[in-house]
Amino acid sequence: MIHFLVHDSADTVGVAVVDLAAGTDCTGRDLSTNEPLKAIATEAIPLGHKLALKDFPVGDTVIKYGCEIGRVVRPIRAGQHVHVHNLKTKRWA
Amino acid sequence: MANDRKVLAYRRENGRVGIRNHVIVLPVDDISNAACEAVGSNIKGTLALPHAYGRLQFGEDLELFFRTMIGTGANPNVAAAIVIGIEPGWTQRIVDGIAKTGKPVAGFSIEGQGDIATVAQASVKAMEFVQWASELQRTECNFTELYISVKCGESDTTTGLASCPTVGNVIDKHCAAGGTASFGETSELTGAEHIVAAKAANDEVRKQFMAAFEDYSNLVFSQRVDDLSESQPTKGNIAGGLTTIEEKALGNVEKLGKKTKFVGCLKPAQAPDGNGLWYMDTSSAAAEAVTLWAASGAVVHLFPTGQGNVVGNPIEPVIKLSGNPKTVKTMKEHIDLDVSPILQGEMTLDEAGDALIEMIVRTANGRLTAAEALGHREFVMTKLYRSA
Repeated sequence: MIHFLVHDSADTVGVAVVDLAAGTDCTGRDLSTNEPLKAIATEAIPLGHKLALKDFPVGDTVIKYGCEIGRVVRPIRAGQHVHVHNLKTKRWA
Repeated sequence: MANDRKVLAYRRENGRVGIRNHVIVLPVDDISNAACEAVGSNIKGTLALPHAYGRLQFGEDLELFFRTMIGTGANPNVAAAIVIGIEPGWTQRIVDGIAKTGKPVAGFSIEGQGDIATVAQASVKAMEFVQWASELQRTECNFTELYISVKCGESDTTTGLASCPTVGNVIDKHCAAGGTASFGETSELTGAEHIVAAKAANDEVRKQFMAAFEDYSNLVFSQRVDDLSESQPTKGNIAGGLTTIEEKALGNVEKLGKKTKFVGCLKPAQAPDGNGLWYMDTSSAAAEAVTLWAASGAVVHLFPTGQGNVVGNPIEPVIKLSGNPKTVKTMKEHIDLDVSPILQGEMTLDEAGDALIEMIVRTANGRLTAAEALGHREFVMTKLYRSA
């Protein structure tokens, strides 16, 4: 089973394609290369939500589709849930 | 491949191909809705299209109004049109615009005789039109003659992974074969505008696109009270995992395909004057945007959804596809095509694109979409500013 997908090799987050329980040992796939990936979800992440693939300090930029999708506003550790509580738009702000 | 597929459709007087055979009863203005709905009720098989505007508009907003009204009547999915307005002047302008297509159209005005006499006259004509239209036959037409519009709604991260790139696959196949298509949603390109700009066929088109994009961005900045986090992304988008407008936009532009360049920029409701992919300056609100594409002559709309948008249009069938394995179960009756197997690698984008082409063929041949069967007939005019 595939647990998460990554759009581009430069991406720093993956997308959960099933509901992930905390502690899930995840298998992923990079859609740009078809290469398999590994990660551990350290907290529950619902289907469609993002999984951090690295540690992010505040002020760092998250990359998805190989592009910037926003600015980190709370520290994030690899394996954690990335969403509105720790990531904000750089646009219209 | 899309290029040699045939569909059974209606070839109109001007040569254009439609996939529905509606006789519409079109109000020129809000106060003529009652008369139109009475005609729609009197004569079975007609379709009244009530809306909220058409009085005291001016300037560019009035031009958009006329373009939308005339374009709706001129759409190849419409066999014939009855137009009813309070005054004869604007009524006749719309009748004359629709008549250029060569299809039957008749106008009636209420002033000086009242609703009841107007409804009686218009009903006689509507009955004549609907009986004539009911004998029109579908004929074999080329798939490439279908003008397709695309826009997603209630997006989530699965739209960027599955349903939007499926539409992109169809856009690549359709446009390479000589078909015509259009995308828009100006505000939802924010964060991916550089990707769209890079897909412009030439510098002139790129400049026009960036001008429209900046104009919309300036409007957002001039009217905003906060960072728009209540509207873009929406609550539904956020529930589905989308965090920022940039992320939403990057998923959205997957609909544009991998290879296709867009050949021109259209004003809202403006008809393309050649084949290929066209950008239209539309809102991202589903009903408004689809109404604009229908008025530009699009005959079928492809609508990727993640969390489950339910929008339809009275004259342009809206085909919904979703890649969210939960939505295709919980909102099953709204989804025409399930592309969720893409997420587990059980379906390729190419296979999904071919499955969507097959669904377009079935829809063109007469299959009712989920939105049509459920009675979704959202006809929503875009208004640029206050009336005089």
